[in-house]
Amino acid sequence: MGALSAVRLLVWKDLTLELRTKEILTAMAVFALLSAVIFNFAFSPSPAQAVTLLPGMLWVTLAFAATLGLSRSFVLERDQQCLEALRLFPTDRSLIYLGKAAANLLFLLLVEALILPAMAVISGIALLPHLLPLALVMLLGSIGLVAVGTIFSAMSVNTRIREVLLPVLLFPIASPVLISGVKATAGILAGRPLVEVLPGVRILAVFDVMFVVLGYVIFEFLLEE
Amino acid sequence: MAVTTQERAVAAKAGPDRPATLIWLGLGLIVIGQFMALLYAPEEVTMGNAQRIFYVHVPSAWVGYLAFAVVFGASIGYLFTRRRSFDLAAYASTEIGVVFTTLAIISGSVWGRYAWGTWWTWDPRLTTTFMLWLIYVVSLMVRAYGGVGSQAARFAAVLGVIGFLDIPLIHLSVVWWRSLHPLPVVIRPEGFGSGLHPAMLQALLVNVAAFTVLYVALFSVRRRQMAAADALAELKNEDHRRAGTQWTVGTQEVS
Amino acid sequence: MSPLLAMFIGFAVVWAGLFLYVLRLHRIGRTLEAEVGALQQDRRA
Repeated sequence: MGALSAVRLLVWKDLTLELRTKEILTAMAVFALLSAVIFNFAFSPSPAQAVTLLPGMLWVTLAFAATLGLSRSFVLERDQQCLEALRLFPTDRSLIYLGKAAANLLFLLLVEALILPAMAVISGIALLPHLLPLALVMLLGSIGLVAVGTIFSAMSVNTRIREVLLPVLLFPIASPVLISGVKATAGILAGRPLVEVLPGVRILAVFDVMFVVLGYVIFEFLLEE
Repeated sequence: MAVTTQERAVAAKAGPDRPATLIWLGLGLIVIGQFMALLYAPEEVTMGNAQRIFYVHVPSAWVGYLAFAVVFGASIGYLFTRRRSFDLAAYASTEIGVVFTTLAIISGSVWGRYAWGTWWTWDPRLTTTFMLWLIYVVSLMVRAYGGVGSQAARFAAVLGVIGFLDIPLIHLSVVWWRSLHPLPVVIRPEGFGSGLHPAMLQALLVNVAAFTVLYVALFSVRRRQMAAADALAELKNEDHRRAGTQWTVGTQEVS
Repeated sequence: MSPLLAMFIGFAVVWAGLFLYVLRLHRIGRTLEAEVGALQQDRRA
C-alpha cells in the first residue's frame, strides 16, 4: 500500500467516523463560540479595543478548541480497542501520525472557518480585507498546533490524567505558535507592512516543518510496545 | 554470612561511594568563584553590588540549559536502545535541571526587582528560561502520571527531545514578540555598558566552571541513587515472587 | 532595596536552594542504605 493512499485512507476513516456522530466538531465549534462570547462579556471592548484584543482571544480559543479535538482523537481508538488494529496496519507506523495529524488539522480548520466570521460579527471588526494573510497565518499556526498536539495526544491517551496532561504538554511546547500567531494576527489586523509580520510567519513555517518531520520520525518509537 | 553479589552491588550504589576528587574540585572552585564574585570582581558603576548576583544567576541558568542538553542526549539514547541507564540519566538530569533553573529564575527575579522595581519582566532570556522550566516540570509530571511500565520513560524521552529542539524556536518567537516593547531601562543583564571588564569575565568563568562541576557531581550521585533504588525494587520483587506474596510497586520507583 | 540587600538575597537564595537539594539527596541516600540493610536482614531470616 503506497504511503499517500495509506494516509488518505486513515484520514478518510477518521472523517467518516466523525461525520457519523459529529461529536468532536460540535464540541469544538460550540466551545469556540462560547469562548468568543465570554471574552466579549469579560472585556466589553469598544471597537478600537476589540482590534487589540481579537488576536489574543482568537488564539486562546483556538488553542483550547484544538486540545478538545486532539484529546478525542486517540480516545476513540482506545475505547474501541482499535489501537491494536492500528498497530497491525500494513505500513509504516509513522504514516498513522500523518493520517491522524491530517484529520485533526481538517477538524481544526473547519472550526476556524466557523469561528472567524463569528468573532468578526461578535466583535464588530471587519476581517474580510485581511482574509488572505489571516488565512495563511491561521493555516500555519494550525499545522503547528496539530503537529505537536497529535504526538502528545498519542502520549496521553493511556494516562490517568489525560484531559489535563494534553494541554499541559501542548501549551509550553506550542508557545512559539501561539506567540507568533498572536503577534502576526495583530500586525495583520493593524495593517502593518508585510516586512513586520514576516518574521512571525517564518517562525511558524520553521516550527511546522520541524515538528511534522519530528513527529513522523518519533511516532515509530511512541507506538512500540 | 553469605552476601549475594546482587546485594553487594546494590549496597555499593546506595552507599557513600562518592567520587571524592570531583567533590573536592567542585568545592574548591565554588569557594574561589564566590570569593571572586563577592570581592575580586570590581563593583559595577550603575548597579553597584546588586550586579554581583550575576555570578550565581548566569551559572545557574547555564547549568539549567546544560542539564537539558544532557536530557536530550539521554532521551535519544533511550528511544534508540531502551536501556534503563539512559532513562535514569535523563530523569536525574531533569530533576537537577529543574533545581538550577528555579534558582536562575529566582535570582533573576531578585535582580529585576532591584533594577526595574518589579519581580517579573518579560525579558527574552528570562522568559525563555521560564519556558524551559515549564517544560522540565511537565516532564516530571509525565514521569509521575505517565502510566505504568516503560510508558512514562518513553513519553518523558519524547518530551526531552521535542522540548530541547523547541527551545531555540521559543527564544526566537519571544525575541520577536518583545522587539516592539523593549525593556524600559537600557541596562541589560550581562552586557552592562560596553562589555565585560576582564576581572568580571574571569569571575564569571570561574563560577560557571564551579557550577558545572557541581552539576556533574550532583548528576552522578542522583543517577547512582536512582539505579540503586531500581535494583532494590528488583530484589524486593524477586523476594516477594519467591515467597508468593503480592507486592505491587514496580521498578519505576526511584524515591 | 539597597544594592547590598539585593546582592545578599540573590546569593542567599541560590545557596539555600543548593543546600536544600544536597540535603534531600543525602536523606535519600540514607533511606536507601537503610532499606538495603533491612533487605539483607530479611534475607538472613
